[in-house]
Amino acid sequence: MASSIKMRAKASGDTVTVKALMKHPMETGQRKNSKTGELIPAHFINEVTAEHNGETVMTAYWSGAVSKNPYLSFKFKGGAKGDMLKISWTDNQGKSDSIEGKIR
Amino acid sequence: MKVNRRLMLKGATASGVLAAAASAGLLAPRAVLAAWPKAAFEAESFDDALNAFAGSTDTSASDDVKIKAPDIAENGAVVPITVETSASDVESISIIAKENPSPLTSSFTLGKGAQGFVSTRIKMGMTSDVVAVVKAGGKLLTATKEVKVTIGGCGG
Repeated sequence: MASSIKMRAKASGDTVTVKALMKHPMETGQRKNSKTGELIPAHFINEVTAEHNGETVMTAYWSGAVSKNPYLSFKFKGGAKGDMLKISWTDNQGKSDSIEGKIR
Repeated sequence: MKVNRRLMLKGATASGVLAAAASAGLLAPRAVLAAWPKAAFEAESFDDALNAFAGSTDTSASDDVKIKAPDIAENGAVVPITVETSASDVESISIIAKENPSPLTSSFTLGKGAQGFVSTRIKMGMTSDVVAVVKAGGKLLTATKEVKVTIGGCGG
């Protein structure tokens, strides 16, 4: 199955720019179902971690206020072409996913 | 040394969250799973969120922090925000939309080698100041930008 994460990491010099797109509904828990009037339960990613060579370079804590299908970009120093980078997320319902890719 | 301190801080917030959850009698599994700062995300005002998350409301506006956001967001459900900082010893970057029902939208803890740069997209309920809070060297530096929202992205 295709991963829910799309990631692109590009090295220029020793600075790596990472861009990632995740597929997730990111429900705040405040929206109502327009037909039944019932609240749609909260369902959002609350933690995203990025690991470079087994070391965490960034941890993001999110709430439901991050847009649906979230986009994330950050930069870090010390990466090189060919290094492995791993991005993983966990949501408030305990689901998770991860992807590992090479830095280009 | 610095790494130790960060770990300590992390541990302290995590156990704080746990203690709060336990005392309230709702030890949700997600609070156990991650060091997710629940209290900060559930806070309903800017100051409460800052207090719960950073332990202080003592902020200062700084030129070292730059926030990039649209002047007018037609769709409040997707507001691109980029925060950049040239401050040294950056520990974390948080994005706070002041008028949202729970103002703290996201918080990024930077690890070893990470640069002071994050970009993401947030939801905004209404026109509001968006504040980037950068925790660097024990201080809270901020940059503020007003974003006008035509259609809200929270609730509906």
